[in-house]
Amino acid sequence: MSRSKEQSVTYDDRIAAYFLAATLIWGVVGMLAGVYAALELAFWPANGGLSFLTFGRLRPIHTDAMIFAFAGNAFFSGLYYTLQRLCKTRMWSDGFSRVHFWGWQFIIAAVAITFALGITQGKEYAEMEWPIDILIALIWVVMTINVFATIAIRKVKHLYVSIWFFVASILTIAMLHIVNALVIPVSFWKSYPIYAGVQDALVQWWYGHNAVGFLLTTPFLGLMYYFVPKAVGKPVYSYRLSILHFWSLIFLYIWAGPHHLLYTALPEWAQSLGTVFSLMLIAPSWGGMINGLLTMRQAWNRVREEPILKFFVLALTFYGMATLEGPLMSIKTVNLFTHYTDWTIAHVHGGALGWLGGFIFAMAYYMVPKLWGKPLYSKSMANNHFWVATIGILLYISSMYAAGITQSLMWMATNEDGLLKYPQFLETVLALKPLYWTRLIGGTLFLFGTLMCVYNLYRTARSGQLKDEAVSVQNERHVEPRTLHEKMEGHAVALSVAALIAVVIGGVIEFVPTFLMEINVPTVTAVKPYTPLELQGRDLYVREGCYNCHSQEVRTYQKEELRYGPASQAYEFIYDHPFQWGSKRTGPDLHRQGGKYPDLWHYKHMMDPRSTSPGSIMPSYGWLYDSKVNTGDLAPKLNAMKTLGVPYDEATMQNPVAAYEAQAQKIKDNLAKDGVNVATDDEIVAMIAYLQKLGTDYQKPKAEASR
Amino acid sequence: MEILYILIAISLGMALVGLVSFLWANASGQFKDMRGPAEKMLYEDKDTRP
Repeated sequence: MSRSKEQSVTYDDRIAAYFLAATLIWGVVGMLAGVYAALELAFWPANGGLSFLTFGRLRPIHTDAMIFAFAGNAFFSGLYYTLQRLCKTRMWSDGFSRVHFWGWQFIIAAVAITFALGITQGKEYAEMEWPIDILIALIWVVMTINVFATIAIRKVKHLYVSIWFFVASILTIAMLHIVNALVIPVSFWKSYPIYAGVQDALVQWWYGHNAVGFLLTTPFLGLMYYFVPKAVGKPVYSYRLSILHFWSLIFLYIWAGPHHLLYTALPEWAQSLGTVFSLMLIAPSWGGMINGLLTMRQAWNRVREEPILKFFVLALTFYGMATLEGPLMSIKTVNLFTHYTDWTIAHVHGGALGWLGGFIFAMAYYMVPKLWGKPLYSKSMANNHFWVATIGILLYISSMYAAGITQSLMWMATNEDGLLKYPQFLETVLALKPLYWTRLIGGTLFLFGTLMCVYNLYRTARSGQLKDEAVSVQNERHVEPRTLHEKMEGHAVALSVAALIAVVIGGVIEFVPTFLMEINVPTVTAVKPYTPLELQGRDLYVREGCYNCHSQEVRTYQKEELRYGPASQAYEFIYDHPFQWGSKRTGPDLHRQGGKYPDLWHYKHMMDPRSTSPGSIMPSYGWLYDSKVNTGDLAPKLNAMKTLGVPYDEATMQNPVAAYEAQAQKIKDNLAKDGVNVATDDEIVAMIAYLQKLGTDYQKPKAEASR
Repeated sequence: MEILYILIAISLGMALVGLVSFLWANASGQFKDMRGPAEKMLYEDKDTRP
């Protein structure tokens, strides 16, 4: 080390403060949506008959708000705060930071509004339509360039372990987002994914699992390795273990996605791959948790008074629990029991409320006093927040574990004749009602704790003043730009990263769709494409978010076949853009619904589910009876499908409206026999047509060439 | 199920990027010091605010 020069650096702390404020504001909004959705499961009339308040539309707002707005903004806040300090340099570009901030908040607002209006792609945690997807990609690139350029101009030689976690998260999410978001647009607010059925399911859960991994886990592990040692005032227990933690985690994570699709039509070997890698993940996860807890042990005596440390203990404990539970749930026999039930809900909320919530509160309690230069307004209020939140979490997860176990046992229960003990699915729903109320209390407590936190931090900030920290640092590296040439060199790294990203995006967009177009071409003649009427009905099914409560995948399991009918086959889904398998059965599976009940039953059921199923907690879909289907968009929709390889015949392509009318007329006549009058373009007619089509191709002659 | 091969190729590609960055980091001495970085991040720099 030769000349190292003292110089003054002013960090851009405002950007960290902005993102932190956004975290808390959106966090309250997202939690409120969650509490309201929970209320609707316990007391369905809470939706007030308003389409945008129904569970199917509110639930994606809740989940995406928690993932992208609460956790996302928290990650960015921590990223800007720690990266500058770890690199001992201001962010490369303040302008890029601001574009990132406002762009991201705009995206979140757009997501919330479009979801409420039923504009959705119908794929969990990736519901936003294509214009928003493109905006996300652009804003992400802006952030990526800024982060990489900042790392390039850093003044320390060694990249601290946190930076590794940040970089891996940023790059992986970019890749996942792009691959999963490939669609054919039909209009500005409607598109179809280029993948169909099983393939779409696989891409979706490859994305879904890793979105959890690389947005909700690795960024926060990176932040954990900064904030926990800082809060404790001692170095991380083992730096070596943290490096090992990072590299083993990123090499294992990406392969675990198929564990969301066990016992489905996915090939067996892919299912096993998911299970094996999920189990291996226990090792790095627990290595990280133990490293964090052992770091905290150096200040164990301070945990009693210090709310920051309390929340870190909570977070790490729940991280450990969730990362043991997740792999166990990936074992097929365990998964058979837990999947589609409220157990999954308990699992994700242990992670979301315990790990993420706990961590983000600790981070906020640490950062706000630093940023505004004043001690926390009330330490005792923060300690009370800890207890309120913890009790809330425990009530929430224990009620959901109980609900999951009850549900699964009831689904599987058979009597001495080998018949289902609870053949009516509704019985298994009504048994859970007290637990849904308990969950509501737990969630409300947690939200109340968050409000305490917001108030406490607001008072702290108001007593101080937000000021960028300026420090004097040593430059350990010799890349201090002195000449124009050297300046260019610093930027060259940023530019080449940007170029690489551009090339990757371009490559994926260019090659993958053409390749997939070929493989989407079906080989099974028994399966018929959705008629124009059924297709419109399917789009309504997606719009209303039915998949949030109903699966469309009968697993290969005897008791499930007893309840619903033959297990779903891969070839039955080849025209499903997007797939609608769902991940949770608040209501029954619908894949064998077609032909099960007469049209009139569906007509009555959608109008008022309680008229056919007394006690049902499903919303009434009154607006389907007043709104009209826009048959004008049939042509572009069919064109898009045709491009994706769906073999519509010439007659249908020439005059889709005639085909639509002809089929709708049949349903109209059928209903008229029972004294019900509908118009052929009523939305309910299309919905009935779709529901009656579900899973019916299975009964036709066996597929000669099953893929 | 051709999508499996695409996803596996992409996943392998990303793992490869990881491997290359690990080899680069190792060769450039990022992991030589297993104590210094952990200690250094704790130091507070001198505040130069007026």
